[in-house]
Amino acid sequence: MIYLEHYLFLAAIIFTIGVLGIFLNKKNVIIILMSIELILLSVNINLISFSVFLNDISGQIFAMLTLTVAAAEAAIGLAILVVFYRNLGSIEVNKINKLKG
Amino acid sequence: MYLYSITFYIFSLVAVLSALMVISARNPVHSVLFLILSFVNASGLFVLLGAEFLAMILVVVYVGAVAVLFLFVVMMLDINFVKLREGFLQYLPFGALLGVVLIVELGILFLTKSFSENSLSRFVQSPQINEVENTKLIGQVLYTDYFYLFQISGLILLVAMVGSITLTLRDRGQVKRQNISSQNFIDEKNAIEKKKIKLGEGI
Repeated sequence: MIYLEHYLFLAAIIFTIGVLGIFLNKKNVIIILMSIELILLSVNINLISFSVFLNDISGQIFAMLTLTVAAAEAAIGLAILVVFYRNLGSIEVNKINKLKG
Repeated sequence: MYLYSITFYIFSLVAVLSALMVISARNPVHSVLFLILSFVNASGLFVLLGAEFLAMILVVVYVGAVAVLFLFVVMMLDINFVKLREGFLQYLPFGALLGVVLIVELGILFLTKSFSENSLSRFVQSPQINEVENTKLIGQVLYTDYFYLFQISGLILLVAMVGSITLTLRDRGQVKRQNISSQNFIDEKNAIEKKKIKLGEGI
């Protein structure tokens, strides 16, 4: 039998994998952006499973808004990445030190 | 309900394994493809939960738009990705420790707070003919109660579009373009030159 906790555990595992991806890939920005997408996916799993569990459709609406914001974030992030590569010829994270406060 | 459990475990296993491959694949193109696999499996899980509309939206938006955008960028940038992998194992012990702590904490949180006595699979019996289906229900709520949120999300998408175009648009100096106003302001005085040509000679 599948309970709500199964879905929550799955979302927690995917969330942890996303966080680990941000930690481990200290150079590749593309992998970091994909890890953010994984984190947002786990949030979506949580929202939808709670929406089904509580029998309330609002959770699915909020999951849709999360999807919208994730798409916008990916577009902006990749645009910044392309501009950064054009200016510096590299996408290594530890070279991004132009913004010195 | 064994079939439900088996389907859940297959989809979630593939989703978790492909998520692991996303962060550990050597080639970023493979990472993007594993991201697509992970999203497709998550959308299968959404179908299992009875949220069909969001499952289809996930496939359309993520697999069709976002992942393809990632693929474009990965293939467009000419980068030595092997060099980018240096230092991956440097933070692995610390990262693994942090991941274990995070997952144990989340697990404790879910285990101490028991949410449900009966399983979720009672929600996924095939819908009756007189029930309101998922897509219709979302539409009924989205365009009434959450209408402002809907419009704001459209505005967010517009801002993202304008922002990414502004960031990546560059003005190359040497490109020859059509200048319509200067074409329109041509008149016969400065466009046509009259010359007298003597007989038997050229210009």
